[in-house]
Amino acid sequence: MSFLSELIKLVYQVDGDDFTAAGSASSDVKRIMKQLGMDSEITRRVTICMYEGEMNMVIHAKGGEAFVEIDDEKVKILMKDKGPGIPDLNLAMQEGWTTADETARNLGFGAGMGLPNMKRYSDEFQIETKMGEGTTVTMQIWLNGGKKVA
Amino acid sequence: MKIREVQAILNATLVYGEEFIDKEMISACGSDLMSDVLAYVKEQGLLLTGLVNPQAIRTAEMMDMKCIVFVRGKMPDSSMIQLAEEHGIVLLCTEYHMYKACGLLYSNGLCGKE
Repeated sequence: MSFLSELIKLVYQVDGDDFTAAGSASSDVKRIMKQLGMDSEITRRVTICMYEGEMNMVIHAKGGEAFVEIDDEKVKILMKDKGPGIPDLNLAMQEGWTTADETARNLGFGAGMGLPNMKRYSDEFQIETKMGEGTTVTMQIWLNGGKKVA
Repeated sequence: MKIREVQAILNATLVYGEEFIDKEMISACGSDLMSDVLAYVKEQGLLLTGLVNPQAIRTAEMMDMKCIVFVRGKMPDSSMIQLAEEHGIVLLCTEYHMYKACGLLYSNGLCGKE
């Protein structure tokens, strides 16, 4: 029996000027996954990936767009911004490396954990960035047989 | 340990969540860095933090945490209280610093979870 009768597609605009609202898209995805009766561990991983992505967009890129697709096999999250781009991806993927300013740290973020956390909690993680044009992060979380994250 | 007992041990003010204070907490964590909470916390009902902004409530929501204790006498504003109400998250405020607040709860039997 199929878990979902059809593909669910969600689109969110992430407002880069509203720190208070940051996380509202992730909150909505979590609510929908709960309503669908999806596994709590999968929901937790999707939520963390998306929330870190949202915060990155707010902190570094003045917002962006998030596209979420849920089907029988996976949850796919695509987060696209038109920010400054990431100069050195290898450095950016290291825990603790950050270019975030004091404002981000005052929010409890900006300690160089965002991208590593997104990679840690997703089964597939891809990032494309171009200086002056923006960054796109794609994450997929399998509904069955995905990684176990302690 | 019930949230009611947490409140008593920390001599804390209940800001929101009277109807939930008999909920049982089995573990807790203390952090001002929300990314660390997202990275390392699992199945912990209680967050102690000195971070007073809506992202503390959001993080607790994402991690299914049921109670936040704000340390060092910090008080949440109305937007934070409203967000906590939407998600049924109890808010407590204590004058104790983080180290002492965590120590008191730990020594009274509320341990962290590896």
